Amino acid sequence: MKETLLNGILLDEESELSLNELCCACSSSADLIIELVEEGVLEPVEAKMYRLQQTQWRFSVNSLQRARTAISLQRDLRINIAGIALALDLLEEIEKLESRLAQLERNEKI
Amino acid sequence: MDYKDYYKIMGIEKEASQDEIKRAYRKLARKYHPDVSKEADAEVRFKEVGEAYEALKDPEKRAAYDQLGANWEAGQDFNPPPGWDAGFEFSGGGYTGGDASTYSDFFESLFGRDFGSAQHGQQRKSYSARGEDHHAKVMIDLEDAYQGATRGITLQSPELDSNGHVINKQRSLKVKIPKGVKQGQRIRLSGQGSAGMGGASAGDLYLEIAFNPHSIYTVDGHDVYLDLPITPWEAALGAKVKVPTPNGPVDLSITAGTTSGKKLRLKGRGIPTKSPGDLYVITQITLPPANTDAAKELYRKMEQELPYNPRSKLGV
Repeated sequence: MKETLLNGILLDEESELSLNELCCACSSSADLIIELVEEGVLEPVEAKMYRLQQTQWRFSVNSLQRARTAISLQRDLRINIAGIALALDLLEEIEKLESRLAQLERNEKI
Repeated sequence: MDYKDYYKIMGIEKEASQDEIKRAYRKLARKYHPDVSKEADAEVRFKEVGEAYEALKDPEKRAAYDQLGANWEAGQDFNPPPGWDAGFEFSGGGYTGGDASTYSDFFESLFGRDFGSAQHGQQRKSYSARGEDHHAKVMIDLEDAYQGATRGITLQSPELDSNGHVINKQRSLKVKIPKGVKQGQRIRLSGQGSAGMGGASAGDLYLEIAFNPHSIYTVDGHDVYLDLPITPWEAALGAKVKVPTPNGPVDLSITAGTTSGKKLRLKGRGIPTKSPGDLYVITQITLPPANTDAAKELYRKMEQELPYNPRSKLGV
């Protein structure tokens, strides 16, 4: 069978997802995403500034990663929303520190 | 198929209480959760632990597993003895957590694969629903991010057959990787997720980009780093040297008096994202070995004719 070459869309820093797209991409209910927004785990782009309605919300691609992690933490480890918010912040902090460490190690080995 | 020692996987005694099993599972699940763990085989371990817990948390399944006998070794070739499950009734319990499609053949041979369909079957009502989105990771080389590439990927997705059983279906796709992608970015392929139901559209497939480790470059966002060995005379006198880049070699001028560890920026020669990254070349002065008489002679001559105390600032 001949395979066709698939051309996807690269999601970069400027790409945004609607609430519906984010729900689909995370196989999650809108209620859970809204709950994550209310807890401050996810932040729709410019929503505060313009007081956007939920149907007008747009999420950055980074939110997709955060939402997926949040949902799998809730499902697999039974962490509540506040705990998820804390875990995500700490995970991001670790990532920042690790990248800083890699940078320092690059300078070190010289 | 290999026998699996679920007690060993969970690090507990065969006599462990149900509470101990639960505690062990919670602890291991936190330790190996793929979103949290830094262990290399976290995902495999997480699934293994989930499967072990699925088998042991239900006293009935556990009793059935236990009566297989204590003489099995993990990894030993295994076939369930005929009638092994006589007197046990699992169908009420079903799979209660985790992703049933990831359980091993060993698990399925003991407890069947029908548990999953009860859960999934509920979704098979006669309404229309958009197919589920799927996620997968695709490994590429740094060079692919510079030049673009095509990648063949094989996906396993659980689907329901005509009897409502969960089967793993293999699917091969050929995907274009555009140039200028970064680690962790995603490519969205519309309509390549699960098929929709009742005439609704199919879901999307999200491919996450990950780089294979490179033998000479390290990557940070859209910037790329390279350690460049140079000779003492290139460092002292200045020189034009060839430097590899993922796009092919370029000439680089080393200015006279360059020290080890100097960071030289090749602007715009990082990953060609919308705002291209830079390639940083870090100099490393390396000494030619003094392994011949002639080489030793040269070093001695330098010692005599180039009086130099690198420790003068240390006061010695």
